[in-house]
Amino acid sequence: MAADQKQTVKEIVQNFGKNRHRLMDMVREVQSRFGHVSNESAHVIADILGIPFVEVIDMVSFYSFLSRTLKGKSVVRLSKCIVDKMHGMDKVAAAFEKEVGVKFGNTSGDRSITLEYTPCIGMCDQVPALLVNGTVITNVTSKDVPEIVGRLRKGKKIGTQDTDSTRPDAQVELNLRKPGPVIFSPMDRGAAIRAALNMTPEEVITTVTNSRVRGRGGAGFPTGMKWNFCRKSKGEAHYVICNADEGEPGTFKDRVILTEVPDLVFEGMTVAGYAIGAKEGLFYLRGEYQYLYSYLHQVLAHRRHLGLLGRNIGGKEGFDFDIRIQMGAGAYVCGEESSLIESLEGKRGAPRDRPPFPVTKGFMNQPSSVNNVETYCCAARIMEKGADWFANIGTKDSSGTKLFSVSGDCKKPGVYELEFGITVDDLLQVVGGEDAQAVQVGGPSGNCIAPKDFGRKLCFEDLSTGGSVIVFGPKRDMLDVVREFTEFFIEESCGWCPPCRVGTSVMLGMLDKIITGKGSRKDLEELEKVCNTVKKMSRCGLGQTAPNPILTTMKNFPKLYSSLIKTEEYVPTFDWDKALADGIAIAGRKPVWEGEEL
Amino acid sequence: MSNDMITIYIDDIAVEAKPGQTVLEAADAAGIYIPRLCYHKDLVPGGHCRVCTVKINGKPTNACTFPAQEGLVIENNTPEMVEARRQIIEFLFVEGNHICPYCEKAGNCELQALAYRLGMTAPTFPYMFPKIQVDATHPDVYIDRNRCVLCGRCVRASRDVDGKSVFGFEGRGINKRIVVNADHSLSETQLGAADKAAHICPTGSIVIKRVGYSIPYGKRDYDLEPIGSDIEKKRK
Repeated sequence: MAADQKQTVKEIVQNFGKNRHRLMDMVREVQSRFGHVSNESAHVIADILGIPFVEVIDMVSFYSFLSRTLKGKSVVRLSKCIVDKMHGMDKVAAAFEKEVGVKFGNTSGDRSITLEYTPCIGMCDQVPALLVNGTVITNVTSKDVPEIVGRLRKGKKIGTQDTDSTRPDAQVELNLRKPGPVIFSPMDRGAAIRAALNMTPEEVITTVTNSRVRGRGGAGFPTGMKWNFCRKSKGEAHYVICNADEGEPGTFKDRVILTEVPDLVFEGMTVAGYAIGAKEGLFYLRGEYQYLYSYLHQVLAHRRHLGLLGRNIGGKEGFDFDIRIQMGAGAYVCGEESSLIESLEGKRGAPRDRPPFPVTKGFMNQPSSVNNVETYCCAARIMEKGADWFANIGTKDSSGTKLFSVSGDCKKPGVYELEFGITVDDLLQVVGGEDAQAVQVGGPSGNCIAPKDFGRKLCFEDLSTGGSVIVFGPKRDMLDVVREFTEFFIEESCGWCPPCRVGTSVMLGMLDKIITGKGSRKDLEELEKVCNTVKKMSRCGLGQTAPNPILTTMKNFPKLYSSLIKTEEYVPTFDWDKALADGIAIAGRKPVWEGEEL
Repeated sequence: MSNDMITIYIDDIAVEAKPGQTVLEAADAAGIYIPRLCYHKDLVPGGHCRVCTVKINGKPTNACTFPAQEGLVIENNTPEMVEARRQIIEFLFVEGNHICPYCEKAGNCELQALAYRLGMTAPTFPYMFPKIQVDATHPDVYIDRNRCVLCGRCVRASRDVDGKSVFGFEGRGINKRIVVNADHSLSETQLGAADKAAHICPTGSIVIKRVGYSIPYGKRDYDLEPIGSDIEKKRK
């Protein structure tokens, strides 16, 4: 490694205060400067931080946006979400392979371009979409590809990379189809904080509790209760953490919030800081949303300027709070709160065992409240407009509105803010997806439902979703969808525990046996059994929900499977004739099977 | 009152536990065996293998990290949990390339012993036959990743007991592997043959050289009695 490169790595480590838990920032920076994190770079980092080299490797090798081998100057990451595939991703991919001259997973000979697939990048309403380094390009057709590749080869900019001075929707369509009263109504900057500061922290928590707001990420834990646990936990410091790692395929609501009302999120985090007694807020932004980074940075700077962040906020003596944005680097599992915390600490995003829960031992083993982007927005509005106002919207167990990001086979894909309790039927009418044969509620980890269930309600007490709603029209092959989703989990499994690490691949193998017409009734039973083991025995939510695409379609679309099942007791996957073909050709005679005459 | 004993119920047996004990520790002390693979009494629990998963008040939870609390109702040796554990062991067998009939570890191998104890005869899933690297560069110890179950014992032992961090993980999902704290191979690390990390592998993945087969097959630990018997002997 050249001395000047070594010096650059040293400076990067120093710029982040030689702080072990900023390792993610350091390696991201090294990656962007040098196109990979080489062993030499890892040694420099490890030496300065005083940690083993293998610890850096452990971390770097985990994230899909970090690489130990040299990538091209531009890395094209084509989103291969099922929704991209439904809208012509394959043609775009073929065009890239033709133009660049290499297959996906490879780098061009001149090292100018690397082609890679990546899971859902949160652009399902404007597919096919891709990332080039940090820039997003949406609605790509195969005709656009020659120009994109040509510009990249010449080192020219693509899209509107000039995000410093423009709103991020310059490169991504907003597609906010229906604003509602909670998230997307006009806001008065600072109003929520002023309202909160008129109360004691305990009163703030009581107000949040009375609003009955529940976590918007999908799990639906009561927010007031979480804040209360966190406040009461003893620690050297308390942390407010915002989960902006929306990686569930088909989810893109946070993208719209962060474009349209980022102030509301930061306002909610600040209120939480006051309520639980935190001085530091950490905003974990998924790597795919890097294009939002500088914009959000500006919003934070402006809030500091207005006295809404920093010291003595709102004139309240001793109320100091600030927010730092932590970028992720491509790992779905980091949406799981304990993995997210590990990632914030600069480690691989492996989940933790609970207890202890983050509210007692979270970031740096201190009490931490991890909430969804949308949840913080709700909390801010509750301060502004009161618990009763909020509790009167929605249903008994699901107060307020919910953002639905709708994509797939519908006329108007985008984000809808609707009251909890709306039926799937009504939602399909609003979005123009009335002829759906199936709706995936809550993404792959959720539930795939059939028309018989379209009368059900979207809310915590019935069909729960973190926001993802994918519509499948009558012509879609649902087993293809199931297969795609199962592959997604295989790719995103962190590998910590065998039920998820191995079980997901075993599930896919069994599913393929059935799809290829070699499955018997017994195979179907075995598949279900394995799915249940993975669900029951996995360490975290990823593994526990990874079998859902198979299990929910087995339940709701039994004919998909039964129509493929053979009547025989057992059909081997192993093909004797094929395996013996070479030998037969060489020997020049056919084998004699048992029972046959010589 | 915090020093008072706690009572938990494992498969309807009342078990006394000390405050601060995990469910697994309390069960061990009472002579009740909860199958486990990545757990080792000298190491902090890693929660990797999930073999010690029990149902605690109806919810599947790993026993090695869950603190004993008054009145917990625990399902351990039920047909449901035994079957789920057996499937995990099967997953591990098909994920790697295991060679029990001539493996140096056979008879002393915790993976193999668990398979026997949980009633696995042969895996019912297709083998994955991964391409795996063997590292025999070190003068006294070799790593055969074919038999690695990613339990992380060597990682924890080297870091926490030996103070060397010779081992770590690389990659994720089905491509996750054990790697060493060096650019290339084990010989470049500080690993010593006497290190805890060199002696703690539950399978034949980290093996000491030149002592192979010193105890003949048939006379090894689990040839004589099933895994967990030592714990069950403590049962009053």
